[in-house]
Amino acid sequence: MNETFLRTEKLSALFNGERVVKNVTITFQKNKVTAIMGPSGCGKTTLIRCINRMHELIPGAATTGKIFLYDDEIGSINPILVRRKIGMVFQKPNPFPTMSIYENVIAGYRLNGFHLSRDEMNATVEESLRKAALWDEVKDVLHRKGTFLSGGQQQRLCIARALAMKPEVILLDEPTSALDPKATSRIEELIVELKDAVSILIVTHNTAQAARVSEYTAFMYLGELVEFGSTKKMFTVPENSKTEEYLMGKFG
Amino acid sequence: MKASSTGYRIIKDKLFISGVVLFSFLSIVPLLLILFYIIKNGIAVINWDFLTQLPRPMGEEGGGIINAIVGTLMLIVIACLVSVPVGVTAGIYLNEYRTGKIAESVRMAVEVIMGIPSIIIGIIAYTWIVIPLGSFSALSGGVALAIMMLPVIIKSTEETLKLVPNTLREASLALGVPYSTTIIKVIIPAGLSGIITGILLGVARVAGETAPLLFTAFGNPFMNYNILEPVNSLPLLIFVYATSPYQEWHSLAWGASLVLVVFVLLMNFITKLVTRR
Amino acid sequence: MGTKNTKRYKDRHERKEMIFRGILYLSSVGILLLLIGFFVSLPLDAFESIRKFGIGFAFTRIWDPVAGNFGALVFIVGTLVTSCIALVLSIPFSISIALFLGEYFREGIVSTFLKSAVELLAGIPSIIYGFWGIFVLVPIVIDLEMKLMVINDRILPYGVGILTASVVLTVMIIPYSASIAREVITLVPTDLKEAAYSLGATRFEVIRRVVLPAARSGIIAGIVLSLGRALGETMAITMLIGNANRLPDKLLSLANIFVPINTMASVIANEFAEATDSLHRSSLIYVGLLLFLITMVINITGRYIIKKTSVSIDE
Repeated sequence: MNETFLRTEKLSALFNGERVVKNVTITFQKNKVTAIMGPSGCGKTTLIRCINRMHELIPGAATTGKIFLYDDEIGSINPILVRRKIGMVFQKPNPFPTMSIYENVIAGYRLNGFHLSRDEMNATVEESLRKAALWDEVKDVLHRKGTFLSGGQQQRLCIARALAMKPEVILLDEPTSALDPKATSRIEELIVELKDAVSILIVTHNTAQAARVSEYTAFMYLGELVEFGSTKKMFTVPENSKTEEYLMGKFG
Repeated sequence: MKASSTGYRIIKDKLFISGVVLFSFLSIVPLLLILFYIIKNGIAVINWDFLTQLPRPMGEEGGGIINAIVGTLMLIVIACLVSVPVGVTAGIYLNEYRTGKIAESVRMAVEVIMGIPSIIIGIIAYTWIVIPLGSFSALSGGVALAIMMLPVIIKSTEETLKLVPNTLREASLALGVPYSTTIIKVIIPAGLSGIITGILLGVARVAGETAPLLFTAFGNPFMNYNILEPVNSLPLLIFVYATSPYQEWHSLAWGASLVLVVFVLLMNFITKLVTRR
Repeated sequence: MGTKNTKRYKDRHERKEMIFRGILYLSSVGILLLLIGFFVSLPLDAFESIRKFGIGFAFTRIWDPVAGNFGALVFIVGTLVTSCIALVLSIPFSISIALFLGEYFREGIVSTFLKSAVELLAGIPSIIYGFWGIFVLVPIVIDLEMKLMVINDRILPYGVGILTASVVLTVMIIPYSASIAREVITLVPTDLKEAAYSLGATRFEVIRRVVLPAARSGIIAGIVLSLGRALGETMAITMLIGNANRLPDKLLSLANIFVPINTMASVIANEFAEATDSLHRSSLIYVGLLLFLITMVINITGRYIIKKTSVSIDE
């Protein structure tokens, strides 16, 4: 039961005139985990930053081509509304330092000026933290600052913050690159659990991670989409020789 | 190499460090002397009446400096009301448009304004405000002080916001939070202690200023709460009393000096506390 | 969200963002306009005097409000003399403090104490320095004058004058040059110093041959910036300079060190509020304009040296 919910059409991203993502056409399936892997500088992070229109915030950045979320072309929607539907988690955990754990989770509502009743807020916080597998660890310290948590807990708090907005998809930009192995495996377990609730795109330069968590994998190299398909197939019988070389650790 | 030269070199080394230590501590002797005299002469004058009463006419015993204390606070409040909004928003602008042409020129202008002698700022406040309004006023004095505070506030706001990690801004924008809300509710709170430090430093810089007030706030022997009328301030009062020929006024000036120094040092101390946090 | 809603939201939202960015922009442009205002306003208000006296104003030693004859030479000389004496006097002190805090004792209770004391020195208001000077320093200087018997053509020693003002000015500018010099001295790379130590140099030799040369331009910048401060210093000087609007007869006599004179900032402070005659007022603003331009050139020079230094340290 596969359903395409997000696709790009000949998407290119430019940075000061230089093309860092080249003509990528790709479709993403609902409620699946799709990994985007490739050596550093291949444009994988830029690709997902195009999807929630964060790329355009950098001076000198531009995009061509189209991205569709269901039938809506993302370029025609206000970026603010796009970003509320597409959550993002970054390389380094970045909870808001001035807010408590509780406030961090509902920050998306608070900062956007949505007024929720106390019950709704409590429910959203608990639900999001449970989904992010953090509830049991923090339920007694909800009103402490988020920055007191460990790195792995902070990252799960950031995932909870993204989930609280009930997005269509969450973009994970190398979410474990700043974490130790134990915290990394917690996050990976979480990603697998989460896919029933939300679609996930994860950028990683770690091929083993892609193999562990994803159903689909895209391999990018020098800004181009080299190969895209089911993870199982790509890791057993890659079609492209570049993919094979990368998976064997010959570069990157 | 002769053996004696090593001994000579070591003696020179010792002499030099002794010189450094001596000169370093000599330069704070004036500070200790100033504090000593102010405390010694000031404490004798300070009592409840001194802090709560108006000055008495010449020849009468007693009297206080309440009008100058109130006036100083008024001037500082006016200066803050003018300089904080402008200074903080300009500081945000400099942080947001770091390399733009306007940002570069504003940075340059801030440096220049920082170096303008305070008496010149007094002249400007006089021609821009006192002349059009037709009278010396607390408002014109407050504006003069605001001009002196602006560069301090702008610089510290920019420096603080520069230190707020970009990942916070991204986290907020990725939640679909508008740019303006991101700045106001995420970036500024994260840098708040630095911005407050800047404001306090600005207040400490102007609280003891006299020169820009000479022909703006002007001074006033009576209590005044109207911002369009002349108002007294501690530094103005000290200036008038200290240069007068009357013994009683001199001792009042010592008392006022102690109050002023305590206030300025307190501002510096609070600034340090806020920075350390 | 339907397209209609989206559009309405978009309009409202975009207006808000535009207003926000507009406020940031206006504040910044306001700062530029403020500075431009100084450049326009001062010459405009000094225009009457500029037209009457021209550039010769700066070289005329007569300042006579009654006759309506004005020249700023006395004040320019007074400002330069007091500032330069203060500058020279302050150098050994500020470099000592800088070496103490930046090289010899970077940490520890004594350094913290010295550092806070120097900060306090910078924090004490000018008016307090002046007041203290009148009641403590002036009697000492009068004693000194009596002892040295340099009473000149005057009957009694004043106690106020060039020396008194310069000494207080020295104390006031020490913190500025010291803090800038300390920063550059701290930045001198350790490996440079260690290279010299490994060759057997004493600490004094390392400081003289490595630290001070490496920090030289920063130290000079600090001195230049403190000169900018000294030139514009008003209240303490006004109270201690003696406010004499005339030059001593023989300029280059050591006895003149006690002579009362006036500075650019002080004459404005003294006469501006009482200057009812428009030529008098405009001449005072002319003095202010000259002071504004001189301090600006000095400050920009200092900033320029610092910028060049910090670039060369980064490299």
